[in-house]
Amino acid sequence: MSDHVTSALAGAAFDGFVQLREAGACGMITLRGDFSSAVFQKAVGEVAEGAGVPKTRQITTAGDSAVAWMSPDELLIMCPHAEAPARAAALAQALSGEHALAVNVSDARAVFDLTGAGSREVLAKLCPVDFAPGAFKQGEIRRTRMAQVAAAVWMTGPDSFRVVCFRSVAAYVFGLLQASAQPGSEVGVFADT
Amino acid sequence: MSTRLASGGRLIDRSKQVQFTFNGKQMRGHAGDTLASALLANDQMMVGRSFKYHRPRGIVASGAEEPNALINMGEGARFEPNQRATTTELFNGLVAQSQNHWPSLEFDIGAVNTYFSRFLPAGFYYKMFMYPRAFWKHVYEPFIRQSAGLGRAPKQRDQDTYEHFYHFADLVVIGGGVAGLQAALAAATAGQSVLVIEQTADWGGRAPVDGVADDSTIDGMDADAWVAQAVAKLDAMDNVTMRTRTMGAGVYDHGYLLAYERLRDHAPEAKGPRHRLWRIRTKQIVTATGAIERPLSFAGNDLPGVMLAAALRDYVVNYGVSTGDRTVVVTNNDDAYRTAIVLKQAGLEVPVIIDARPEGGGALMAKARDMGIRVDTGRAIAKVKGGKRVTGVQICAQAGEGSVLEEIPCDAVAMSGGWSPVVHLWSHCGGKLIWDDAQAHFRPDPSRPPTGASGEGFVIAAGSANGALALDAALADATAAGVAAARAAGGTPDDAPPPKADALGEAALAPVWMMPQGANIKLRMKSWLDFQNDVKVSDVQLAAHEGFESVEHAKRYTTLGMATDQGKLSNINGLAILSDALGQPIPVTGTTTFRPPYTPISMGAIAGEARGEIFQPLRRTPMHDWHDANGADWEPVGHWRRPYAFVRNGETVNEAVMREVRNTREKLGLLDASTLGKLIVKGPDAGRFLDMMYTNMMSTLKPGKCRYGLMCSENGFLSDDGVVARIDDDTWLCHTTTGGADRIHAHMEEWLQTEWWDWKVYVANVTEQLAQVAVVGPNARKLLEKLGGMDVSREALGFMEWADGTLGGFDARVYRISFSGELSYEVAVPASQGRAFWDKLMEAGKEFGVMPYGTEALHIMRAEKGFIMIGDETDGTVIPQDLGLDWALSKKKEDYLGKRAQQRSHMTDPNRWKLVGLETVDGSVLPDGAYALGNGVNENGQKVMIGRVTSTYHSPTLNRGIAMGLVLHGPDRMGEVLDFPGTDGKTYKAKIVSAVFYDPEGEKQNV
Amino acid sequence: MLILECPYCGVTGEETEFHGGGEAHIKRFGPGSSDDDFHDYLFTRENPFGVHFERWRHVSGCGKWFHAARCTKTLEVFGTYSAQTTEPPSDLRAAISDKRPGWTWREFS
Repeated sequence: MSDHVTSALAGAAFDGFVQLREAGACGMITLRGDFSSAVFQKAVGEVAEGAGVPKTRQITTAGDSAVAWMSPDELLIMCPHAEAPARAAALAQALSGEHALAVNVSDARAVFDLTGAGSREVLAKLCPVDFAPGAFKQGEIRRTRMAQVAAAVWMTGPDSFRVVCFRSVAAYVFGLLQASAQPGSEVGVFADT
Repeated sequence: MSTRLASGGRLIDRSKQVQFTFNGKQMRGHAGDTLASALLANDQMMVGRSFKYHRPRGIVASGAEEPNALINMGEGARFEPNQRATTTELFNGLVAQSQNHWPSLEFDIGAVNTYFSRFLPAGFYYKMFMYPRAFWKHVYEPFIRQSAGLGRAPKQRDQDTYEHFYHFADLVVIGGGVAGLQAALAAATAGQSVLVIEQTADWGGRAPVDGVADDSTIDGMDADAWVAQAVAKLDAMDNVTMRTRTMGAGVYDHGYLLAYERLRDHAPEAKGPRHRLWRIRTKQIVTATGAIERPLSFAGNDLPGVMLAAALRDYVVNYGVSTGDRTVVVTNNDDAYRTAIVLKQAGLEVPVIIDARPEGGGALMAKARDMGIRVDTGRAIAKVKGGKRVTGVQICAQAGEGSVLEEIPCDAVAMSGGWSPVVHLWSHCGGKLIWDDAQAHFRPDPSRPPTGASGEGFVIAAGSANGALALDAALADATAAGVAAARAAGGTPDDAPPPKADALGEAALAPVWMMPQGANIKLRMKSWLDFQNDVKVSDVQLAAHEGFESVEHAKRYTTLGMATDQGKLSNINGLAILSDALGQPIPVTGTTTFRPPYTPISMGAIAGEARGEIFQPLRRTPMHDWHDANGADWEPVGHWRRPYAFVRNGETVNEAVMREVRNTREKLGLLDASTLGKLIVKGPDAGRFLDMMYTNMMSTLKPGKCRYGLMCSENGFLSDDGVVARIDDDTWLCHTTTGGADRIHAHMEEWLQTEWWDWKVYVANVTEQLAQVAVVGPNARKLLEKLGGMDVSREALGFMEWADGTLGGFDARVYRISFSGELSYEVAVPASQGRAFWDKLMEAGKEFGVMPYGTEALHIMRAEKGFIMIGDETDGTVIPQDLGLDWALSKKKEDYLGKRAQQRSHMTDPNRWKLVGLETVDGSVLPDGAYALGNGVNENGQKVMIGRVTSTYHSPTLNRGIAMGLVLHGPDRMGEVLDFPGTDGKTYKAKIVSAVFYDPEGEKQNV
Repeated sequence: MLILECPYCGVTGEETEFHGGGEAHIKRFGPGSSDDDFHDYLFTRENPFGVHFERWRHVSGCGKWFHAARCTKTLEVFGTYSAQTTEPPSDLRAAISDKRPGWTWREFS
């Protein structure tokens, strides 16, 4: 049904002291189950192009896929939007003998990309998280509070972050990031650490 | 006269002129000036009127402790009251106005209060305005509102932006004087992250100013040079972050620290936020916040021209500004001699230094005498002469009652009553103080610091903030503090000796709380303790006399230490007077509580980014923009915005609602139901779990079927409702109310995680994954059939059944459920396709008379059918039995949440009010929330109530008012007419009827 | 504002990431229980000035409930632990005894 699909903000963008882009529609599957089960691990690897079950608060990637640790019994598997329904079904099939839950939640969220050296600062204005380079590194995912809503963030490169929030508050989160990336509001603390 | 000296001023750039206006008058200063120094340079000594007596007031201090020089800053969208001139950096185009006077600063009518001051003592307001009672509202309050308060409230929306910043550091040093810098140097050797903040624009604090008077050195350098190299060293360290114009505002639990950065106050036209509030988490805080000089309490100490001694020398050394040509210095300690020396060095007259100590001081006194300055010991000021400006002082013996020995003409007075450490940040989170007898001040008790998450102390005071007032002592103390803080934060700092300070030694001070010590009442009534709040020595004595013995009571009775300065100057002097009046030592009296912020911070900084569009998160459905473009009159439902109605041109909102109901009942309506919560519950124990969550039996529901369910809290009260669909053998989908999705999801997780953690159930919240549209009305099936792709016939998809399929090319799950009594389908599609699906329904529905409808039409239609609404019929005290929902309470189940509670005697009381329908006799609409009157009065003399309205509407379908309500024995009283008094004075008569007003047989949906 | 460590995801976060859930280790009484037991279950709570055991949820994080042992007087946090237990772990109780000798809370000490 790709001709009907629109992401929450239809690709909104803003250029401040970092670049802010809505990433468009992304495939996401919530998977709950027993991480220690071999069947579970195999199923994850198969749908995520080999990206394995991540360690606590980590995110693994392979090809177009990523697997994020959400809680001790919940993963978020990311893939191209159009493939999510089939991959969720494949997971459900592979885990039919297990106590597990796989559900396509691709449309439940909005996804933003922050690019630029100031990205850490933009996030540090909104989340009670230490984004200093020594404290927050690539490979880590942090679920936290962004101003007044829940969000998850991880790094997609040395100077770039991806932010995920619920779809209904996409405009709010875009507004937060836009306000925090205004030219002239650079903080300049991470530059000297 | 105050004026700019021909030379000097270490902080100003004489090559750069700055224009500003004060009370409309054009003035000039230099880059680096504060507004206060620039005003003094323009001979503007008087800067405001006092709060109560409207006495003329001048600049007293040079920093954050300033009580008098409060000004209205800026204009229009940048107007802000109560800004301290002493901490306001001058910039081109600055506009300032003095406060608290009418009609002008020079001539103020309120100043007559000073002549009545004997009738306006402490507690005056409490005593005077009690009687007669009626006067309060009509006479006293309007008058007080007119004359009270500091400054004006801004009228326009603030044009600037603000933000927060979450920062994490192992150590934070608050204060950028020599102690703070040295503490940071000592701590930073451990390599941990260190943040150093200074509230002013310049590093160095007081030491460079004091060094001018006594030629002191640090490691052989003058203080300025030492500060410059210390700052350079720290700047060069990767682990150190340095910030000026950043004030430590408050210390809170577990190492939480708020710092207030003023980014654009000195450069308002620059891009970016005006203020930034740093929300810092740190392991250790070093408070190197310095000390504040105390005034002396003598008659007339509030006249413009009387200034703290150190402030007077700040203006000379930092800004090249003299406060007066002839300055009398009055002191009880050695530090004030530095002011006399600096003034003399600048070529100004110091006719006399009045030292209250019988023996006078030490090396600094000797130096002053060597310069030819007269020093009188054992003397005091009896009274300062002058009106709007000091003209002279009368000298008396400190030991006596004020007999004048000599009168000396002068135009300024420099006073020093000793120094009090700034203990605010130490104290905010529970750090305790000890009384230091030798220095006559409270200082931090290092054995009782504020404690953090680990139970260990997390604040260390350093330098003069710790009572180490002398330069060498301060540097040694700061070194130790830095090392201790780094260790406490888990680091291993180098053990380096403190820098070597070379300064003149100081003789001990003598506590002087009143001048002269036996001052008579006339003098005491003119001896100010708190300049900002007009509290005098006599007021505190009166408070003690009238029984306000607790320091907290005395504060509130007299207003000592209230308002914007929170007693930074007045605190200790007031405590001393109170202690003396009570005949007890000062430490027994104790201090009032130090609360954050240290000095006022802007409301904008507190709000941060949360203004305008991002004041709060607004939740939008995938169809939000369509609604907005098509007349939606928005209704907030939690953070969601839902269309209340879609208003057309020329229509009122109410007319739109009526049209929407009629159209839906007669043709076809569409409701955006995307906000309804949708939770997937799956697992081998999911059925058993849902049987506990719902009052109904959900485990027996067949796949493909739906059931309306009720949820109660353990208290038995109704909490949520919604339709549950069984998806497959071990999967259910639970709908919740719009406001209930997150709450019910959390509720389910709570029970699964904390009570039945061995049950195999997973829950996922898919509310936002799906856009949901209710397609409602006689033409509903025709529309879905036109879209095609699924069999939605009566036979294929019966009432309370659901099916998956493709509808008009959309992946859809169709539920045949109804909240209106009409033929109705709720169709869920992926949220990314929601808008396209809605557009398609609107387009395809044209021929069937489709119209969208909003929440009010939804409410009316459900009320016409007697369906309850969570939040209308329920209010947290209503159980299902009250609403006649006994059919939804499974009798077969041993247990469900709320079952045991519903067996409690109060819950089974036959006198609980029960749900009925109400029909007004004349067809009008009952007022919402109206109560039904019974007979007689209760034990409190109130009329007996026997019911209340829970929902009430005008039904366009029945063309009359309909309502639901909870009524005592309601179901047994069908046909009875009750009286409902309205707030409009009318009494509404309504008949008790069945709550199902419309189509009781359900024929409309059974097609 | 407190900082707490979530024992499930290991995050040490500030209080705004969490949500307090009242007293810990409350035993549920359902149908068949006496009026007194049920009343106590619903309404009777400890209110100590000192050692306390509480429930918290990492609401803006991994979503898990956990327990915290905390001093209501000093706000010291003695430790956090799994929600899937009916009593505080013995090593934590011992650690509290080191710091607060003689503490008691309900039937625990």
